[in-house]
Amino acid sequence: MKTLLIGEYREGRLLESTYELLGFAQALGADSSLFIVAREDQLPAFAGKLYLADAAAAGEYNPDLHRELIFQAVEQEQPDYIVFLHSSYGWDLAPRVAAKLKIAQVSEISAITAGEFEVGCCNAKMRRSVKPATEKAVLTIQAGAFPVLQPGGSPQIRKLTASLSSNLEFVGYEPAEAKDVDLAKAEVIVTAGRGIGKKENVPVIHALAKALGGELGASRPVVDAGWVEHSHQVGTTGQTVSPKLYIACGVSGAIQHLAGMKKSDFIIAINKDKDAPIGEVADVLVVADVMQFVPAMTAKLGR
Amino acid sequence: MKLLVCVKQVPDMESRFKPDSRGVWFSETDLAWRMNEYDEYAVEEAVKLREQLGESCELTVLSIGPDRVGEVIKKALAMGADRAVHVQDLDAAGKDPWQIASIIAGYAKEQSYDIIFTGMQSQDRGSAQVGVLVAELLGFTCATTLVGFAFADGVITAKRELEGGLKGVAKLQIPAVVTCQLGLNIPRYPTLPNIMKAKRKEIAAIPVTELLKEEPLAATTSFHPPAKKGGGVVLEGDVGELVEKVIAILKDKTAVLR
Ligand SMILES: Cc1cc2nc3c(=O)[nH]c(=O)nc-3n(C[C@H](O)[C@H](O)[C@H](O)COP(=O)(O)OP(=O)(O)OC[C@H]3O[C@@H](n4cnc5c(N)ncnc54)[C@H](O)[C@@H]3O)c2cc1C
Ligand SMILES: Nc1ncnc2c1ncn2[C@@H]1O[C@H](COP(=O)(O)O)[C@@H](O)[C@H]1O
Repeated sequence: MKTLLIGEYREGRLLESTYELLGFAQALGADSSLFIVAREDQLPAFAGKLYLADAAAAGEYNPDLHRELIFQAVEQEQPDYIVFLHSSYGWDLAPRVAAKLKIAQVSEISAITAGEFEVGCCNAKMRRSVKPATEKAVLTIQAGAFPVLQPGGSPQIRKLTASLSSNLEFVGYEPAEAKDVDLAKAEVIVTAGRGIGKKENVPVIHALAKALGGELGASRPVVDAGWVEHSHQVGTTGQTVSPKLYIACGVSGAIQHLAGMKKSDFIIAINKDKDAPIGEVADVLVVADVMQFVPAMTAKLGR
Repeated sequence: MKLLVCVKQVPDMESRFKPDSRGVWFSETDLAWRMNEYDEYAVEEAVKLREQLGESCELTVLSIGPDRVGEVIKKALAMGADRAVHVQDLDAAGKDPWQIASIIAGYAKEQSYDIIFTGMQSQDRGSAQVGVLVAELLGFTCATTLVGFAFADGVITAKRELEGGLKGVAKLQIPAVVTCQLGLNIPRYPTLPNIMKAKRKEIAAIPVTELLKEEPLAATTSFHPPAKKGGGVVLEGDVGELVEKVIAILKDKTAVLR
């Protein structure tokens, strides 16, 4: 079985996540070659075949051109699977490749079981096994689901070039907002999720954080709704934290939230839904109404 | 200008999901339904653009599914869409993203839309494919995961959300498809007068067989809960007792309570 892995490069640097693709290929027991649009002095540590296009010419985000370059690599390599990370680069580009080749795409694979691909569904509460009906397929893999495999060595380079006019012009990057709270330093984080119900309930969660000498965290919807500032957001598009104690209040446990907190030493989740996926990472899942439990706990700690 | 927004109806994610009789999707008994969260942002952005462009602009909302999807169509109309298309399909859930995209593209290709809005992903299936596939099928420009959208002089300025809070800005020529991410805007609540007005708006019904010409490219073979990781304790019962238990665990297992 042959895979063509699509590596990632951004702001002049190779992304570490590229090595998760190699971990996936190993789990699949497949031979792999790599495709990447990068700079020649930033090549991955990998001894196989590397299809390389120059980032200076092809741009870092230029999906029409990158799709064209990937075709060239596919033509030469004839892979069974073309594998992307399920990331802002991968989920944008993968369906373009799949559509042009008219082959199946399986999105956000988190495991391989009995030769089938397992993907999350229903906000990560459930799983589906998916089988491509086409001989070849495009796959995207969930961030963090497969081990980082850094085999070392230097690649055999095959250079690719293409030119194409596109109706999409990449203008540039905008840096992340400066953060005024460094959650990474906090020993205790108590996070408000959408389950707290309304903005007026934020102080109740904050009070528990204070009673434990910790900081207030927030899930994304709580930030998007303007209940808590963005600097408190935990997750892939917020901060990554690993405190001694993480208490998730009314947080369902979506993969993008878990990515930011699952390395915490001890995790307590308060949720009225016993099946909430946060239960998969929690050391203790308290099945309760968060607005009843949290004030009671704060009061008890105050004594 | 002609705008289209695609909305999917999904179950409330706090529901209990059980496999259906075929074991490949969830059973629909006892589920409450709502608009896919990502699509609420798509509708809001489309309605905002509709307002910006004024009378010369028309916004259509499209949803594929059984009769119950009429509810999300009505919501989009009450939020400000002008007209609707209901693609009637009793087995939309059994179709793969390629087929769903083909249905949408099949309808859209006769209509010459300038901009099509979709959600970045559906909450139940979460493939994050349909919008991009529609763009490919129609030959439209496309950008995904928008947290910023502006339109002027025939050009879209799209702010894409990347990892770690970084954003990427791109300019798109129309016709284009954009897929909308959480936080793009603050979706409005339909007001009572607008709900009343929406009742008079046109909803065209089209049987799916008229639009679907494609076979699926992928199949779901099983729908099941995740394998239990184990290790975690589940506590239930009286709140007072729960607090006592949790504090005891904290004292025992962590160093945060001395
Ligand atoms: C590209 C991308 C990036 C993302 N980045 C992030 C990120 O950085 N951080 C992030 O958090 N999310 C992120 N998300 C969003 C993520 O997918 C989820 O939508 C989000 O984490 C859900 O937040 P939540 O758990 O607070 O809300 P919900 O999913 O709505 O969950 C609310 C929970 O509260 C429970 N609940 C409700 N009422 C009560 C009550 N009275 N008592 C107790 N429990 C109650 C419910 O059972 C439910 O489990 C991202 C999504 C995408 C697509
Ligand atoms: N049945 C449907 N009817 C209308 N639009 C849909 C449907 N399914 C998916 N979409 C659109 O495609 C987007 C992405 O869905 P998905 O590829 O399933 O994650 C959604 O946010 C919707 O905008």
